[in-house]
Amino acid sequence: MKVTYYPGCSLEGTARDYADSIHGICSSMNIELEEVPDWNCCGATAAHSINHKASIELAARNLGLAGKLPNSDMLVPCPLCFNRLKTAAHALKEGNGHGSQASPGSEGPAVWDLANFFASEDMLEKVSKSVKKPLSGLKVACYYGCMASRPPHITGATDHENPQSLDRIVAALGATPVAWPYKTDCCGASLMLSRPDMGSKFVGKLYDMAGRMGAQALVVSCQMCQSNLDMYQEKIEADWGRRFALPVFYFTELIGLAMEHPGARGWLSRHFADPMPLLRVAGLLD
Amino acid sequence: MQQTGLRTDFGFLEKVEAAGPFNAAECFQCRKCTNGCPASFAMDYYPDQIIRLAILGQKEELLRSRTIWVCASCETCSTRCPNGVRIAELMDYFKELAVKEKIATPQPQVAALHKTFLDNIRLTGRIFEGALLPMYFMRSGQIKDKLEKGSMLDEVKMGWKLFRKGRLELQPKPIKGRAEVRDILRPSK
Repeated sequence: MKVTYYPGCSLEGTARDYADSIHGICSSMNIELEEVPDWNCCGATAAHSINHKASIELAARNLGLAGKLPNSDMLVPCPLCFNRLKTAAHALKEGNGHGSQASPGSEGPAVWDLANFFASEDMLEKVSKSVKKPLSGLKVACYYGCMASRPPHITGATDHENPQSLDRIVAALGATPVAWPYKTDCCGASLMLSRPDMGSKFVGKLYDMAGRMGAQALVVSCQMCQSNLDMYQEKIEADWGRRFALPVFYFTELIGLAMEHPGARGWLSRHFADPMPLLRVAGLLD
Repeated sequence: MQQTGLRTDFGFLEKVEAAGPFNAAECFQCRKCTNGCPASFAMDYYPDQIIRLAILGQKEELLRSRTIWVCASCETCSTRCPNGVRIAELMDYFKELAVKEKIATPQPQVAALHKTFLDNIRLTGRIFEGALLPMYFMRSGQIKDKLEKGSMLDEVKMGWKLFRKGRLELQPKPIKGRAEVRDILRPSK
């Protein structure tokens, strides 16, 4: 199976762990990733905040490049990239492309949020079959954030108030997803840099609730959520005067862990909130 | 009689909607947007009040607000609005308008981060994370402040930790189409 792949900028840097785990599990599952040639930044929050025209055209350039590959599906691991690509496709279709040269995406590939792709029926069956070491005993809070679901007229989500993709995937791996109310509450995104005080409130609230609902770790599909929840955990613990100690896994790392992928330990060693103690106690890594 | 702070732009709503449509006039003030907003604690006007200001033509008051800059773009408001008002998209439109009209923002660091981010894309066509934070600290004038308070050391430590963990790319990788990207990023008129 061959699919088009749009990694997005952070997967070349701060989210290298996400990138490596995606490549690792896809190659084990015979999914060939064909990267969009010469892709550019989707523009992210900055472009849609202060230059709307550029936010459509930057994403549209990528859609145009993706349309030249023969594959029918395009996987997008970063929910913000996913959201911007879908927004541009929607704008082009509605004739609001701001003079963008890219053609309306009708002939382009279907744009997939990576977690939704893995949670689709066929893929979930493949995931279940690949499990060698079930993650039993691991209680996790699946945290979706904003951009894979909202706004639903762009993302196509039907369960945007209570998404299920990550819950289904971790359940297929043998872990227990806890029910909790902050699945789609915002992590503060780039405010963690420009308004760290706000970021700390957004994320501390998530840790607090996940912990109260019995989760031992958080599972995400977004590298922005991951970096806010993982890299800043020590600082936020200091702000809140509490120890949360919640590892923040990418769902792809957990798939790799369950399939006993040899790369898993390396991916997890890049985290700031050390997941090893939890995994040792759960007997999942020694 | 001179009234300050109440200058009304009677054509404002029409101008806003011509750039949308955002359906701002459909707002019946149910406050569902505000009740679900995770950033409301940091706002000077609540999201429903911003929409009301737009309807009432209070352009200057609106564009000077903190609200439009501390909005996290989480899209909860737009998703839940029973009348299809594109509230989060309006916040973006107002930010862009405030920049175009050179209105001083009460949140200069937020604006500086967005501008730095776009400058960073201009360099290579993608985000080069290795330069993003240094560029941002320079632009937002935080370097002096951080040196004085000693928090610069925390930033350096964070960078070092990222590097040690292999999560910091030090080599920019320019794409072939970067001229095209730069062209797209020309400031809009």
